[in-house]
Amino acid sequence: MNSSRLLLLGAEAVAQGAIDAGISGVYAYPGTPSTEITEYIQRSALARESGVRSSWSANEKTAYEAALGMAYAGKRSLVCMKHVGLNVAADAFINSAITGVNGGLVLAVADDPSMHSSQNEQDSRVYGRFAMVPVLEPSSQQELYDAMFHAFELSESVKLPVIVRMTTRLSHSRAGVGRRDSVAQNPLHAEYAPERFVLMPHNARVQYRHLLELQPKLETLSESSFLNRAVEGSGPLGVIAFGIGFNYVMEARRMHGIECRVLKVGQYPPPRRQIDELFAACDEVLVVEEGYPVYEELFRGYFGSPKIRGRMDGALPRDGEMTTDLVASALGATPAETTAVPEIVINRPPELCRGCGHRDMFEAINTVMREQAEHHVFSDIGCYTLGALSPFSAIHTCVDMGAAITMAKGAADAGLRPAVCVIGDSTFAHSGMTGLLDAVNDRSPITVIIADNDTTAMTGGQCSSASGSKLERICRGLGVEEAHLRSITPLKQHLDENIAVLREEFAYDGVSVVIARRECIETAARKKRRSAAKGE
Amino acid sequence: MEKNIILAGVGGQGILSIAAVIDWAALDAGLVIRQAEVHGMSQRGGAVQSHLRISDRELFADLIAHGTADLILSVEPLESLRYLPWLAPEGHVVTSTDPFVNVQGYPPVERIIKALRSAVNPLLVPAEQLAREAGSVRASNMVMLGAAAPFTGIEPERLEAGIQALFGAKGAQIVDINIRAFRKGLTLSNANQTTS
Ligand SMILES: Cc1ncc(C[n+]2csc(CCOP(=O)(O)OP(=O)(O)O)c2C)c(N)n1
Repeated sequence: MNSSRLLLLGAEAVAQGAIDAGISGVYAYPGTPSTEITEYIQRSALARESGVRSSWSANEKTAYEAALGMAYAGKRSLVCMKHVGLNVAADAFINSAITGVNGGLVLAVADDPSMHSSQNEQDSRVYGRFAMVPVLEPSSQQELYDAMFHAFELSESVKLPVIVRMTTRLSHSRAGVGRRDSVAQNPLHAEYAPERFVLMPHNARVQYRHLLELQPKLETLSESSFLNRAVEGSGPLGVIAFGIGFNYVMEARRMHGIECRVLKVGQYPPPRRQIDELFAACDEVLVVEEGYPVYEELFRGYFGSPKIRGRMDGALPRDGEMTTDLVASALGATPAETTAVPEIVINRPPELCRGCGHRDMFEAINTVMREQAEHHVFSDIGCYTLGALSPFSAIHTCVDMGAAITMAKGAADAGLRPAVCVIGDSTFAHSGMTGLLDAVNDRSPITVIIADNDTTAMTGGQCSSASGSKLERICRGLGVEEAHLRSITPLKQHLDENIAVLREEFAYDGVSVVIARRECIETAARKKRRSAAKGE
Repeated sequence: MEKNIILAGVGGQGILSIAAVIDWAALDAGLVIRQAEVHGMSQRGGAVQSHLRISDRELFADLIAHGTADLILSVEPLESLRYLPWLAPEGHVVTSTDPFVNVQGYPPVERIIKALRSAVNPLLVPAEQLAREAGSVRASNMVMLGAAAPFTGIEPERLEAGIQALFGAKGAQIVDINIRAFRKGLTLSNANQTTS
């Protein structure tokens, strides 16, 4: 077997690349499709031997700030999240472009076009433009691996955080990856630089101007980046293909014998010189982006350009992920005749596992809710969101992490009774605590049900930052009254008592918390398998 | 040599172990691989698929284009129908006949088979039965791999070596069961090819 090549998911290529590029730590909160980066580093013997810290953070903001602190201290740090996680970390992220870094700081962010496992399909490249930092968008697993070295070097040379953006398809697809010699970790080297890191207006103005002045240099660096290159071709039509859009263009070209010129872009700000050249050589330019038409819109400008085609004129769909078929048809190829899906094929949506404690929790909630005139249940993000589907149809909102508690509070303030919300243990640790404090301070009549399965189940069972008795201690500390801090065990045989507890607390005119506590059956089974394997 | 393979099933049925064996064997044969899989929400009992591409030249896309799959390997009958638009005109469908019923309105298996037959000439595999004969129902995915082996472009011996490599850590008995399961699938497939 060819041992020099590893078969890695895109996410794992990022992880291996970061380890080999000499990171001293990774900070992350799980989120599909970014979770596997951190999990890989946690499993890596090499990372463990070289003391790379890798446990999960409470949320993306705490992760980002810790990574910034590590970079402040002179070491290389990696921070990983899914696209919506960057909303949570945005304050730290945008401001870190103003302070800049010392050791290299790379933000690996994974977007989810087509929303396979997400609330939206926002494009993190917009954040890159917003913060005015370099963005790398490799198009293959090997490029992802190589790009990590480049990203850290770039970050240290321009003293800015660098984004490595990928999307679901690349993150969750495997390919052979060849490794390079690894780089030693940076020594501890913290500098006093309050003029950069104390963002009082007088410093921030100077730093912001510096960031603006850096922009032409970033563009020049893109022009010589290995991630940007032109593919020879002929004919009046040219293509600018960003990120993995390039793969679909090359595949469509080969499949249909199309010879068009292609400019592959994998480093932003986009390389102006190469783009000018392509526009000069072609009558028509198709812009292929895996995500929002960020650069298509920019190229078109406010008054539009008849030369440009892409997501905004219908040549490609405005939303959803790219495919070879979509690109081929935008390039004028006739679609292949295909067999249709027979009518008898029904959808098979995901569901809560058989035996999951969330099922018993929803059964109890539904029973009590049926007695109420108003039966809205504010919910959050996690496996328990599947309670929105049949047979439960038990929850009525799921917006962003933490919003269950705060939306219930707002609705309670508006007069809605009962105001009930459901939130998982990991989500509570992520963003629920501050909202609960708001409710306590206002004595808002809400009942918070914390579904404590002792794990972050939806994303595959990562450690939760707060579960078990820690939850009671947090709630007590935030000011929840002892008499209204209850716990139940969501099991069939406890259904009646659970119903009684919920009924009492829904009726209470203040803040109550009911912790529905039972271990996730998946993690329980995994633990059992592991201890059985050890016992052998 | 270039093969586009769609692996289909329901979250939790183990199509990723099938992919892992093919990946291992393809890497061993020095081939280029792209294998896109589904993680996240759908893994909870939803429809899942993996696009697996192997080739002796550079591959670009992680996804298979419509009408270009050489093989649909499905561990569940209804799921074999879901990906028909990807099948190439000369492509093969190899599917288990054991339904995984976790939704309302699941059609009778006979209707599924009929729909499949009206589109292609499928290889139908009683995977659970053969796996049980091999020593464990849990090896039914290896039965399916065996049945599909002749369409993967990879020699069966190399796939067996992959099973050995991937299940080795679980002990010799598990390896044996899975190899036996693989061979049962392969035998069925070979017999079918000579008779049809
Ligand atoms: C800001 C943000 N970060 C991460 C995610 C991804 N995510 C969705 S659910 C979830 C885990 C929820 O865990 P928990 O609340 O404990 O519920 P469980 O799945 O265990 O029931 C995560 C990490 C997200 N949707 N938004």
